Amino acid sequence: MKRSTIGFSEEQAQLLDIAAAFCREKSPVEKVRKLLEDEQGYDPAVWKEMAELGWLGIAVPEEFGGIGLSLAEVVPVAEQMGRHLMAGPFVPTTLAAQAILAGGTEAQKKALLPEICAGAPASLALMEEHGDWDLTHVEAEARREGDVLKLSGKKTFVLDLPSAEYLILSLNLGGKPVLAVLGKEDIGKLKARRETVIDETRRSYQIVLDGVSVPVSALLDEGKAVQALRHIELTASLLLSAEMCGGAASTIDYTLDYLTTRKQFGKLIGSYQSLKHTVVDAHIAYEQARSHLYNAASNFNQQGEGEAATRMAKSVASEAFSFASDRAIQFHGGFGFTYECDAQLYRRRALWCEYQHGDAVYHRRLLADALLG
Amino acid sequence: MSTISQKELDEFRAEAAAWVKENAPANPVFMLPLTFMEVGTDAQFNFLREWQNKVYEAGYLGAAWPKEYGGHGLDQAFQDIASQELAKAQTPIMLNAIGLNWAGPLILDIGTEEQKKRYIKGILSAEDIWCQGFSEPDHGSDLGNAQTKAVREGDEYVINGSKIWTTQGNYAKYMILLARTNPDAPNKYAGLSFFLSPMTVPGIETVPIRKLTGEYGFTQTFFTDARIPADCLMGKEGEGWLVAMRTLEYERGARRGQAGGHVMVASDPEAILDLARKATRGGKPAMEDPVVRDKLVQLMIEARSLQLCSSRSRIQPLTQERPASLALSSKLMSTEFYRRLNEFALSLQGPKAAYYVGEEDAYDEGIWQRAYLNSFSATIGGGTSQIQHNIIGEHVLGLPKG
Repeated sequence: MKRSTIGFSEEQAQLLDIAAAFCREKSPVEKVRKLLEDEQGYDPAVWKEMAELGWLGIAVPEEFGGIGLSLAEVVPVAEQMGRHLMAGPFVPTTLAAQAILAGGTEAQKKALLPEICAGAPASLALMEEHGDWDLTHVEAEARREGDVLKLSGKKTFVLDLPSAEYLILSLNLGGKPVLAVLGKEDIGKLKARRETVIDETRRSYQIVLDGVSVPVSALLDEGKAVQALRHIELTASLLLSAEMCGGAASTIDYTLDYLTTRKQFGKLIGSYQSLKHTVVDAHIAYEQARSHLYNAASNFNQQGEGEAATRMAKSVASEAFSFASDRAIQFHGGFGFTYECDAQLYRRRALWCEYQHGDAVYHRRLLADALLG
Repeated sequence: MSTISQKELDEFRAEAAAWVKENAPANPVFMLPLTFMEVGTDAQFNFLREWQNKVYEAGYLGAAWPKEYGGHGLDQAFQDIASQELAKAQTPIMLNAIGLNWAGPLILDIGTEEQKKRYIKGILSAEDIWCQGFSEPDHGSDLGNAQTKAVREGDEYVINGSKIWTTQGNYAKYMILLARTNPDAPNKYAGLSFFLSPMTVPGIETVPIRKLTGEYGFTQTFFTDARIPADCLMGKEGEGWLVAMRTLEYERGARRGQAGGHVMVASDPEAILDLARKATRGGKPAMEDPVVRDKLVQLMIEARSLQLCSSRSRIQPLTQERPASLALSSKLMSTEFYRRLNEFALSLQGPKAAYYVGEEDAYDEGIWQRAYLNSFSATIGGGTSQIQHNIIGEHVLGLPKG
């Protein structure tokens, strides 16, 4: 395996600074908790500010209304949002823009991307009941009848559907996966219900496509669909890794606060080695995950290397965040078992992130095929 | 020296590579040590001493050390190239590790003119072997509590006590020694002083320690009224802890100035893949077993983690929250990784995991077995993994002492 070095751009450094301050200010934990009860689940005013900062177009070329950087510069933003458990459709909107960039026609890019960059939330309907993480396994069908596509089937884990102005949909058209983009009007025709999910900061929906027709012009470039789905899967894994690294950092800080203030048997519990050594292990796992994250970010566009780096990042971050948040509950003792303790927020978030777009074992299996022959 | 052309560097690399190809010794009939801590026989010692001397004479060791003391007076870039070529060709290790990597740079940085003239050339030529006297039998991990005494009497210090885990102690002419000059100092650190001590004076005795592998490489060193000249003192009396900490920075690579060359043959994590291809399970290569494959990928990811953490440690915005974290964690990360890697290599061998060096049917001549046992020298030496956990917990994460 080739030796790799992490690159880090001036823009990444700036965005890291700005996003750290922004997310800290806009997403204190009291607000996170208040939004758990909110149907929409995020603050539209904050969303508007993020759009004004240009964050929705970081990795979109300037000709389509973006800033013209790359996903490497999206990573610090997603990381800091994860650190503050910030809710909202930033990741699905970023992924939808990437789907259009990778799989859309020139006309679609010109029409849709400037709006998305300006703040129109977008989402994706890619997962299905069979639960396969391979996004090219699509059973929801589209049948072409003249100028329309007749849709059938079901999609799961569609994020922030009610606010979505655009929805990227994967469909099986004549045995092949294709992508389509629906506008607000067509989205309104879908039968949707909110799913009950473990991470209460998320708003996830199931949609039924049966009986819905959309114009054929909704299709993205059919020839690029498989490549676009691959790009979406890797981009999603990269951004989830970023969220998880941020989450792990926060979990460790939260645990350290308790270990340095809580006393038992007359001593701060952080002085006991069974706790101290374990939290060091969690910290080291986080440090390794963060190194993999920024390696994946800077090498994301390298053929082959980018994919391997991203899968490593996702598997390492999943395990690091899971371990840190699992131990966070345990180390808070009785308080850790309550809803009031934030450890549950992190643990639930970690479970969500690990099991979206492939867990550690899934990514390692693909890595094994690529690296071991 | 500030302007070196790429052409010069390229030419130097070509010369070094050609020299290495021409002069790298053939493998002797005995097994060569993989690290400087595993030199257990006179045959190994003599072979490696000759090799180091040859490399030095050719100009590929101490290339960046000052000419007036025995170095070659070139820019560091040249030594780095020479070191790379020596490593790439998997040549034998440099023998005099403690002199080349710790004592030498320390003397060049803070030693007197007299000390530089006396010691540097012998370090490079391997004429004078150096050892380190830090750990004590009763104070392994608690270095600051060292109890070996050094009492000033006229122009001499009288040393009494004992040091342990002295690498190449039986071959050494000099020792970097940490000893207590003031038992009544306000704190344990302030009572320590640092010496460049001769090993050849009466009253110093070395006793080889037989390692868990059955081999040798370390001694215990006993001082009984050993008298050393007062000018052996490095720095001032009472500054020993600071000098020792500086020495550890050279050891950990946190401070540069080492003479060059490698003192350990880096075990290549990918060598385990070859083992997985030839070892069998149920009649098939172990490599085809899905559980083995998952574990191998985990190890490869972890090997990559070590590289990437080192790469990230140089990116300030990505380390600013806990700046000491990556540097203080690297020993724990890497030593525990290599221990587990070697342990897993045994598990791949099935019943043959029970073979050992010397058994002709052992995989890879039994090196995995021996490497696994030897890997504890790194998880224990230089501060055990458990002490590393305390250091990281207390100094990086701010947890209270126990």
